Amino acid sequence: MAANNHKHDPNVLHPHISPTSMYLKVAAALFGLTILTVVAHQFHHQLGAFASLVAFGIAAVKATLVLLYFMHLKDDNNMNRAIFASGFFFLIVLLLFSVVDIATRVTEVSPL
Amino acid sequence: MSTDNITHTHSAHVSHHFKDATQEYDSGKQGIWLFMVTEILMFGAVLVGYGIFHHLYPAMFSEGAKQLDWKLGFINTLVLIFSSFTMAISIQLIQRNQIKKAAMALAVTILCGAIFMVIKYFEWTHKFHMGFYPGRFLDMAKTHAEHANLGMYFGFYYCMTGLHGLHVLIGMGLITWLLIRTIRGDFHSQYWIPVEGVGIFWHIVDLIWIFLFPLLYLVG
Repeated sequence: MAANNHKHDPNVLHPHISPTSMYLKVAAALFGLTILTVVAHQFHHQLGAFASLVAFGIAAVKATLVLLYFMHLKDDNNMNRAIFASGFFFLIVLLLFSVVDIATRVTEVSPL
Repeated sequence: MSTDNITHTHSAHVSHHFKDATQEYDSGKQGIWLFMVTEILMFGAVLVGYGIFHHLYPAMFSEGAKQLDWKLGFINTLVLIFSSFTMAISIQLIQRNQIKKAAMALAVTILCGAIFMVIKYFEWTHKFHMGFYPGRFLDMAKTHAEHANLGMYFGFYYCMTGLHGLHVLIGMGLITWLLIRTIRGDFHSQYWIPVEGVGIFWHIVDLIWIFLFPLLYLVG
């Protein structure tokens, strides 16, 4: 009965506790990916235009790992996920309109 | 209910305007996530600016990036990732009531932040010594700059790493506050929301550096 009371007690939190091994694995993956970024950079002459794509691709994977496991978005509610995603949405809006502005500018030389 | 109070020495102390402990915890965390959106937008605006001017002056940005030592950026990345790990583990230790170990993890996090800032200090002073000041203050004669507007690259460099460094310093201050409260015994398996909140802030600082490192030091 006591256990049952505990489960329904509004004053008790029931957090999702991730095991230490998970944090260790994520940290190891982040270290590995950082080294991979530097290794990939050694071939940036061969990669050419893809070099920055590779570097930011790896950075995006690292960022996702931090968000999901360190910042606990994996076990969080959809509201917090939506809030965070909205930040990126407005960032894309900013980028999009800035790019459209720059790309459609006409260079004019002053006749004066 | 009375037996529950005896078996649970730690309680969540729910404020009267919340339905239960879970709602109170979620409300606090939601506030932190809203704050994180403002962080993403602030750094995002600088990143978009960097992207635009990099597109306009690719050769000048390339010259600027060559002046940075990627090895220092690489070490700082590893230091910051390790500090994120110790921060995350401190929350998990508090959730399991291992307070002494949690305090140790928080202390290591502060130490990593300090190492990051010391490396940053040496990078900046070295750049100043070479004459790489931001904008029109860049010493053209001393640096033998190929591009007349190289100061713009260093304007971005100091703004981005400076704003980020400021976040590291504020984070270190907040974690020191957490460390004092942890040693005082304020946190336990039923109350750790300040640690979670500062943790999320510290991870976003790490997250931003994850993008700044390839952007400034490698791609250029």
